[in-house]
Amino acid sequence: MLAFVLRRAVQAVLVMIVVALIAFTLFRFVGDPINQMVGIETSAQEREALRQQLGLNDSVVVQFAHFIWGAAHFDFGASYQFKQPVVDLIAERFPATMELSLVSALLSLLLGIPMGVYTALHRTSWLSRFFLTVSLVGISLPTFLIGILLIFVFAVTLGWLPSFGRGDVVDLGFWTTGLLTKSGLRAIILPAVTLGLFQMALIMRLVRSEMIEVLRTDYIKFARARGLPDRIVYFGHALKNTLVPVMTIAGLQFGSIIAFAIITETVFQWPGMGLLFLKAVQNADIPIMSAYLLLVAAIYVAINLVVDLLYVVVDPRIRIDARAA
Amino acid sequence: MKRLTAILAFAFAFVLFTGQASAVTFKFAFQGDLKSLDPYSLNETFTHGVLGNVYEGLTKRDKDLKIIPGLAERWEILEPTRWRFYLRKGVKFHNGEDFTADDVVFSADRARGPSSDVKTRLPADARVVKVDDYTVDFILSGPNPILNYEWDTWYILSKKWSEENNSLTAQPQAGQQMNYAALHANGTGPFIITEHQAGVRTIFKRNPNWWGKLESNFDEVIFTTISNDATRVAALLSGDVDWADPIPLQDVARVNASGVAKVLQGPELRTIFLGFDQYRPELKYSNIKGKNPFKDVRVREAFYLAIDENAIKGKVMRGAATPSALMISPLLFDLSKDFVRPAYDPDKAKKLLADAGYPDGFEVTMDCPNDRYVNDEAICQAIVAMLARVGVKIDLLAQPKAKYFAKILVSGGYDTSFYLLGWTPGSFDSWNILANMYRCRDEKGVGGNNNVGNYCKPEMEDMTKAVLVEGDKAKRDQLIKQAYELGQVQDWAYVPLHQQALAWGVSNHVAVAQRPDNQILFYWFRKE
Repeated sequence: MLAFVLRRAVQAVLVMIVVALIAFTLFRFVGDPINQMVGIETSAQEREALRQQLGLNDSVVVQFAHFIWGAAHFDFGASYQFKQPVVDLIAERFPATMELSLVSALLSLLLGIPMGVYTALHRTSWLSRFFLTVSLVGISLPTFLIGILLIFVFAVTLGWLPSFGRGDVVDLGFWTTGLLTKSGLRAIILPAVTLGLFQMALIMRLVRSEMIEVLRTDYIKFARARGLPDRIVYFGHALKNTLVPVMTIAGLQFGSIIAFAIITETVFQWPGMGLLFLKAVQNADIPIMSAYLLLVAAIYVAINLVVDLLYVVVDPRIRIDARAA
Repeated sequence: MKRLTAILAFAFAFVLFTGQASAVTFKFAFQGDLKSLDPYSLNETFTHGVLGNVYEGLTKRDKDLKIIPGLAERWEILEPTRWRFYLRKGVKFHNGEDFTADDVVFSADRARGPSSDVKTRLPADARVVKVDDYTVDFILSGPNPILNYEWDTWYILSKKWSEENNSLTAQPQAGQQMNYAALHANGTGPFIITEHQAGVRTIFKRNPNWWGKLESNFDEVIFTTISNDATRVAALLSGDVDWADPIPLQDVARVNASGVAKVLQGPELRTIFLGFDQYRPELKYSNIKGKNPFKDVRVREAFYLAIDENAIKGKVMRGAATPSALMISPLLFDLSKDFVRPAYDPDKAKKLLADAGYPDGFEVTMDCPNDRYVNDEAICQAIVAMLARVGVKIDLLAQPKAKYFAKILVSGGYDTSFYLLGWTPGSFDSWNILANMYRCRDEKGVGGNNNVGNYCKPEMEDMTKAVLVEGDKAKRDQLIKQAYELGQVQDWAYVPLHQQALAWGVSNHVAVAQRPDNQILFYWFRKE
């Protein structure tokens, strides 16, 4: 087990170096950051001096080496736009993104699994058809469109919920949370639904098809033959066996929830990392971009690891050491 | 006992309720971030405008852009090279310190010091001398009638506060070291920044000790960045913000019809124009080899006449533009009325092209930003279609601003043949236009730094120099007029298109003053 975790850690570092390298190559094409840092009347000599200071005139290899060396010390330099250390900026924005992602992941699991079970058990009922239709919408409509529609209905027309932002936040020292204030709770509803809708639809459809599959297997028939009540057959036996693929997908999807929060955050002006990243791209703010990409890569790797470890808990037949070999 | 509790609770609730009811909070949203609170670290309209509610200069500009006293009560020109400023007494910084001449001398050094982006606010070789605590002399190397034209955004910082907080120079552009002044503000202005989270939100409180009489009734002001257009409009319509900028042109009618807000579309100072590479012996991006068609004045005139600015105004800008004959807004130059924009004339354009030796036109690449000005890419597309009618085939390269500016400006080696750009003279004065756009430059941009196509005439150099030192306004205006006659009427150096309109979305509960330089000075706003 320990060997497995260690091996994974080494792989993680490799993955991150590759991500850093790809990211760094891409940054050659985002434009000149200097233009975003100074006004248009700044003279050529001053611009040149600034390039020199920032190390933009060094070769790519040297810049990359600098970056990796810094990253190893959790030092990602200072943002070109805000002139603040990137680590501070990301730390400031990280709680917002995590809260949004967690709430939408929870939302998608808590709604998606029961809906999936229901549609599997009552395949022809009108409610099932309704759920399936909703899930089709969730899968096919792009996030930004859902977000704008929700804003239009619930903020502009009905005036029930705020159209943007995170509301009032409580600072706990190491973490800022909007979940403890009324305005914060109201503010998270629309973005969380927007971000979680796709996941919910996906999980629901996955649970449904897995469940239908499992219900056909022999041991379910046997369980019924034993005269077990429906509740135990469905939830004790059938659902438990559908959970392995659901867990994999939900886990991996959590990574993409964090990563794709970019769009939801932009639509709702949610002050998270995704919004910071998008602004950084527009302004050629390389330090923020590179730190963000590395962080997302690290989150993905960590989630994968957790998912792999969870398999064992759910299905003891899976042996990690054998898989890793 | 129970009753007493009830009374107390009621009294408490009453206090709480009335306390809230009397506080006026103004919320506003802009598409960009307030990147730094250090007023010297970025020369940008939005940053300067917002900070203008917190910091003040020696002189200010009123609602009509006229120069009025600020931290200086009055000033006089003792001799052409010596200006004396008498400072306002009894002014205090937000932290309670007195404002004195030392702060002015310090700010003059800091603004011209390392890593400052506002070095152009005052001449590098001007000496700033403290006469006494409330009198300062500016000693210049030569006459400069527009010395204080940009001082409304040269904000005065406290010397003592900057020293104590290790912010002696402007926030460095590079490096980890964080300048205290970039995240905190200590001005003399009518509002105090109490909370600032870069890129998220900034909170201002009214300054009860401000020296002036405050027009605004705001107790608290909250600024949020909302970068997404649709969300910004939704926030305005739902009442989550009282003011939003900019409102996209296609949403203007919807906002006006909403009954909760309206769009104020006053003219802006920025001029959108087209420029030509008139310098390279051969165009970089064209099918004409061995010569540069734009060196021929007839070709430039033909391009000008082939573009139907009225159609651009009507169709692309939905009326929200003022066609311009000059590179400067008519609000900023009194003799603008003497210039008329030549009418659209495609037949004459064709003839001019034929005379110049291009009866079938030619091909050239046009550089265009797609996220900088109002409908910039759409304007370029319209121009492509219009030029096609006179036989000129344009290959349009529209890019995000980060890439666009990197290509066409000095950092990219002025790498363009034909481009669209916008320009606002920071000093609200024609000399800025002449110096930046009509002066010759070298490869490194020395001279007319933003004269991308390098229009270059020795007579124009002399005129620009004369404008700089002429102190008499009537004579100076005549000199400027002559310069424009040479550069625009005779040489067709640029194709000025229009001044775009501002598009402030304003709640019906709020009264504002909209200044054409698009500075958001909410100390003039009121909310009912």
